[in-house]
Amino acid sequence: MTAELVRGQNHPLSQSRLEIRVASGTPIVASATLSDENGRARGVEWVAHPGAPTLPGLEVSKQAAADHRLAVDLDAMPEAVHRVSVLLALPTGGGGGPARFGTVAAPFVAVTGLDGTEVASYRITGLDAECAVVALELYRRQGAWKVRAVGQGYAGGLAELFADQGLAEAHRLAGTINEAVAQGLARSVPAPPPRTADGDRTRQSAAPAHGPDQGGPAAPQGAPGPVPRQPTSRYGPQATQPGCPTDPSAVTQPSSPTAGDPVNYSHPGRQAAAPPPPPPTVPPAPPGQPAPPVAGDATGWSMDERLYNQVWGMFEDLARTAAAYRSAVDFADSRMEKEIDQALSDPRSRIGGQGDAAREAARAKHAQLVDQARAALDRDLAQLTAESEVVEPALPPAYARWDNPVWHGYRVPMEIPMALRLGDLSLPESELLRIPMLVRLPLERGLWIDSGRPASLDDSVADALELGRIAMDTAVALAARLLAVYPAGDFTVHVVDPAGSAAQALAPLADSGVLAAPPALGAAGVADVLTRLTQRVDLVQMAVRGGAADSLPPGLDPGEQLLIVNDFPHGFDDRAVTQLRYLADEGPAVGVHLMMVADREEAAGYGPLLDPLWRSLLRLTPLPDDHLADPWVGHAWTYEPALVPAGSQVLQQVLTQVAAARAKYR
Amino acid sequence: MTVNMTKGQAISLQKNDGGSLTAVRMGLGWQAAPRRGLFGSRTREIDLDASAVLFADKQPVDVVFFRHLVSDDGSVRHTGDNLVGGVGQGGDDEAILVDLARIPVHIDQIVFTVNSFTGQTFQEVQNAFCRLVDETNGQELARYTLAGGGAYTAQIMAKVHRSGPGWTMTALGTPANGRTFQDLMPSILPHL
Repeated sequence: MTAELVRGQNHPLSQSRLEIRVASGTPIVASATLSDENGRARGVEWVAHPGAPTLPGLEVSKQAAADHRLAVDLDAMPEAVHRVSVLLALPTGGGGGPARFGTVAAPFVAVTGLDGTEVASYRITGLDAECAVVALELYRRQGAWKVRAVGQGYAGGLAELFADQGLAEAHRLAGTINEAVAQGLARSVPAPPPRTADGDRTRQSAAPAHGPDQGGPAAPQGAPGPVPRQPTSRYGPQATQPGCPTDPSAVTQPSSPTAGDPVNYSHPGRQAAAPPPPPPTVPPAPPGQPAPPVAGDATGWSMDERLYNQVWGMFEDLARTAAAYRSAVDFADSRMEKEIDQALSDPRSRIGGQGDAAREAARAKHAQLVDQARAALDRDLAQLTAESEVVEPALPPAYARWDNPVWHGYRVPMEIPMALRLGDLSLPESELLRIPMLVRLPLERGLWIDSGRPASLDDSVADALELGRIAMDTAVALAARLLAVYPAGDFTVHVVDPAGSAAQALAPLADSGVLAAPPALGAAGVADVLTRLTQRVDLVQMAVRGGAADSLPPGLDPGEQLLIVNDFPHGFDDRAVTQLRYLADEGPAVGVHLMMVADREEAAGYGPLLDPLWRSLLRLTPLPDDHLADPWVGHAWTYEPALVPAGSQVLQQVLTQVAAARAKYR
Repeated sequence: MTVNMTKGQAISLQKNDGGSLTAVRMGLGWQAAPRRGLFGSRTREIDLDASAVLFADKQPVDVVFFRHLVSDDGSVRHTGDNLVGGVGQGGDDEAILVDLARIPVHIDQIVFTVNSFTGQTFQEVQNAFCRLVDETNGQELARYTLAGGGAYTAQIMAKVHRSGPGWTMTALGTPANGRTFQDLMPSILPHL
């Protein structure tokens, strides 16, 4: 069983003959210092280093290498030795290697038995400007040896380290070591030049593609670093054969990439995809506090994707923290009820104050648990609110509310965004915290904007006409959003308004000239638009299925189509209804989307025939209503549509730009 | 430093420096034992499933298993079903991550169980272990080996329960029979 030590931790050693394996991504120097019971090294003769690799009971490598094995025999140590410190240092001068541990992979050291079984291991993390470090120490404690993970780094290098151990000749010794290492370097092949862009395919050395923790029996083969070519591990610590690739792995892996780098799996003739822009850096947090939230602090290949993932992460976090709170409160309620019932059913408690006391105790327990749950919820809400406060201003137009200033700097985009904000979602526990409701583009389902009377609303909004108008405003705001976030000409909006009742609401779309045609009126207009769109779906479907996408008629608009249907079912005959269902089912796959503005109760005259239609559409409400469920725990979320603030000109400005771009596109 | 636990042993999940753990991982690993006899080289695949049942005051509130991978509150997560176990030794084949700081306040015990979904008894399993790892630094806190498999198909491995401000883990190691955690409920209840 391996003990993975953390800094400062110790572990008993049951064997006296040990090996200390060191693995790091780059060549490093390994040395060891002996010290007496006072922790002092008695002189340079108590230091094993590349210039003097052997001491009684101790042997280190002569060269810098990425993998070391130090042989230790604790029984052979002089009696005066009470401590063996294992030191690692980056080679100075020559080769242009890294100058500090902060730029290389964290070194890994393991104490193993002679048979390779690991006794204890330690990864030296947290190093930065240091270029020498005391990795481990083996020390005598009451006659037995133990190992301790030290990890003490020195920015001043070996000289500072030795001085700290009480060596008078610290500087001279450090110089001796560096010289010995430099001599080792001189004997080995020169470092290869930096790799060319398409991957240098010539053999330079065996690839050290091992992780640093593979220091077990299957010791890494081959000399990794760019500098010393030393098959350290296979032949024991001192089997140095510099310069020639005698290591079998070097021969059998002719196409290994150059040293120092992991295996490159990329095709040499293919350009790599552009790397994603770096994620925003998190400013350091004051100690004792969680890091402040940062917009875009999620995974993704673009800022767009990162923000999308972050918003969904916030959505899930809020859903789950609310679930925790609700389940705790439910539990508290049911427990209190049970306890009160018990108190009431016990006849003894009816006499005197016992019953009251029990009831009081139950209530107190309930209150305490609810308070605790509320505290946990408040803690999480505060964190999410802070995150929301930095995320909202950073959102691009497609994800932003209409009142976000980003809409005032709107430009017609060149690319389709990943998603579109349809509105806000909130829970009753946290009405102020609004999560953007983002849906992926292109739309996978049509939208149904319910102009019916919401269950939660009785008399504040007077009549159906008013409701219909708000629903149509919502539809226009959403359609304008879709138009605005698609590149010019990639999105076309058709409107069917049989009775002409939505002319006022449609004015922003119609007046700015972003519609494909004026809203279709009357039964004839409905039939005409539906027939054209149905034909389009048929054509594109046939072309896609037949693999003949290039043989579509030249006049066909290649962009996505949105059909806004107001006032359904007025002006629709059976044939039109059938076409509508066909569009709802088959349309999204070929880029034809439906946006129905309708009252389901009113449409019930068609009978259950239409139920599949409603089910295939995403229901949105023009007024806040809790009808949307999240995918994790199924809370009812209050949806509030993304509407343009009253009196704002932003919609007109955006649509004017869209119309101008569309005109240019044609 | 790993503690090899024995049945009934309890350890406190406090860190050495006094701070309490924030996230732990319950890892489960196993191998199908080679069968003897004519077709001895043929090992049947064994599907062990790790589950975690969350209790509030001895009532099961939520459960995390291969069909419900995340507890509703998100504090307990199953990394996914492994149907065959490990081909080699060592690594966790199934793991359940527990974010101790985020567990809802009313949950006071979490019981970890292992079931043989394919119905083999633990006699046909070898190298099975259950271990508790500090997820923040990968350090193994406790390991419990399913020693001496017997003729049963499930085992109640351990429970993690609140004690004062922190949490304590108790190794239970009680054999039981059942295909999923539901079958184990009667055996779990005495341990709460």
